[in-house]
Amino acid sequence: MTKGRYGIHGGQYLPETLMNAVLELEEAYEHYRNDPDFLAELHRLYREYANRPSLLYYAKKMTEDLGGCKIYLKREDLNHTGAHKINNVLGQILLAKKMGKKRVIAETGAGQHGVATATGAALMNMECVVYMGSEDCERQKLNVFRMQLLGATVVPVESGTGTLKDAVNEALRVWTARCEDTFYVLGSCMGPHPYPAMVRDFQKIIGEEIRAQLQEKEGRLPDYVLACVGGGSNAIGAFYDFIKEPEVKLIGVEAAGLGVDDPKNAATISNGSLGIFHGMKSYFLQDEYGQIAPVYSISAGLDYPGIGPEHAYLHDIGRVQYVPATDAEAVEAFNYLSKTEGIIPAVESAHAVAHAMKLAPTLPKDKIMVINLSGRGDKDVAAIARYMGVDLHE
Amino acid sequence: MNRIEAAFAKQKKVFIGFITAGDPSLAVTKELVLTMEKAGCGIVELGIPFSDPVAEGIVVQRADTRALAAGTTTDKIFDLVAELRKETQVPLVFLTYANPIYTYGADRFFAKCEETGVDGVIIPDIPYEEREEMLPYSRPHHVAVVPLVAPTSRDRIQKISAVAEGYVYLVSSLGVTGVRENITTDMEAIVKEVRKTAKVPCAVGFGISTPEQAKKMAAVSDGAIVGSAIVKIVEAHGEDSPRYVYDYVKEMADAVKEAAK
Repeated sequence: MTKGRYGIHGGQYLPETLMNAVLELEEAYEHYRNDPDFLAELHRLYREYANRPSLLYYAKKMTEDLGGCKIYLKREDLNHTGAHKINNVLGQILLAKKMGKKRVIAETGAGQHGVATATGAALMNMECVVYMGSEDCERQKLNVFRMQLLGATVVPVESGTGTLKDAVNEALRVWTARCEDTFYVLGSCMGPHPYPAMVRDFQKIIGEEIRAQLQEKEGRLPDYVLACVGGGSNAIGAFYDFIKEPEVKLIGVEAAGLGVDDPKNAATISNGSLGIFHGMKSYFLQDEYGQIAPVYSISAGLDYPGIGPEHAYLHDIGRVQYVPATDAEAVEAFNYLSKTEGIIPAVESAHAVAHAMKLAPTLPKDKIMVINLSGRGDKDVAAIARYMGVDLHE
Repeated sequence: MNRIEAAFAKQKKVFIGFITAGDPSLAVTKELVLTMEKAGCGIVELGIPFSDPVAEGIVVQRADTRALAAGTTTDKIFDLVAELRKETQVPLVFLTYANPIYTYGADRFFAKCEETGVDGVIIPDIPYEEREEMLPYSRPHHVAVVPLVAPTSRDRIQKISAVAEGYVYLVSSLGVTGVRENITTDMEAIVKEVRKTAKVPCAVGFGISTPEQAKKMAAVSDGAIVGSAIVKIVEAHGEDSPRYVYDYVKEMADAVKEAAK
């Protein structure tokens, strides 16, 4: 077996042109991942720029309303740029700087990773180009403009379904043409090694903070940690520190779109099969000939036909349970959290909230659940209005 | 001697043409293969269309989309190869991605290649490090896995070439497939590195569209590979494309023969 494996998953399935670029990245990452100066600089940025640690908020009204276990929200939505994506971007951009790169590219789905990358690039004086599916550009116009305000160039990707996977395809193609001076800031715990490990390491602070904050508030570990899963970066970040604690149940919530039995979904673990794509072996939504399926979710950030290889492995060994939530359930949760707690969640994170709304009432009051609220919902307001039939012009 | 070896032995410098199978239909693909052979094409590369071809430029991406929309599948392409083998012994090399092979089942895929008469396979997203994903299945079925060497390969060239089968596919430029005005990479230096360890010939592809480029690239290696320029003709002329492809391939193959002199 080759490097970067999680069980049978992972690997480095890339065109030869990119191999020396990822090997160089791997070497740099191995060097800096435990470098005290690098980590000190990263944690200073986390603290002073990204607003970490993010709050762990006791959702009292939601807890009482659902009438089951005690619910905490990990407020990644309060980070600078409004989502967990900044954690990974600061790590990768800092690494890019150490490697002497002056230009970064990124793919983005909902636009949160693109905004975070554009932000990091502005901070570190780097040229930034973001690839975004044309369909997603339409769904997330505000984020497109936000990236432009930050000085990035946004390139709409027309090919395929005009969504996240096509943005990844295009970023890979462009990286192939300029791998020698360009750093590819990949937004999720997916792709070829070392990305899945590196992105996890830059996101694992979420779970580490949950542990410390809950220890302080409750003096114990959580019973449940919930997070939404597209590629899976906020989920792996929230889960990682608890994988070694068998009593902590970990639940990843996938986007089921119109339903797991409807072709229009993005529930990779529910409906996917083993494959090799975007540099990794993992589970993918595909047909019998290995053609990648056109997936669908109301959430542009979960609208991806695969899942990170470490999640695929955690599923195989049964350590994490993966469950689906539909568009309708997510929109209901989006509205519920807004009205109940005065917190408008990203529609991605609303998928995790949706499952919590089903699970929490079934659990005793002495149990504790943490929902990773991976992002804020400002970007989704227009899309939710459209979904609800409200004619709203931005 | 297998068909690929025979092609290089006979022609010394080989013109290799690529088309996407099923674009615009498998019937036209069959006609195109036979036409290209007549025009002097020594090896034909057949693309098995993939939904997300990350190593391809826009021309081949569009061809893949057309072929898939026309209902092309891996099984139908195997049927086409079996048909072709009744009429021609031109070496046929598939170009496709890891996922269509992996999902089909690598053992079943390479068994089918042997049974129908496919001589080699090029898989852009299976690099040297992941070769064990395919070689344990391709070798027992005598199907060559043709590796790629890129301008960025540097210290990797010798180890890739040492285990190469069929031929070494030399990528002329950074980036994806597609026509380029100028090829600036020092191909001669790369070929020299390849030949230190390779037991098979090497041919240059990516960006070649003119007879001058083809002659120049074949002169420094053992052949020239042309894809996007042919696929563009197929895109423009559809069912009528074989006669246009004949004229183009003839000119290109003649230029490559010139390089052998």
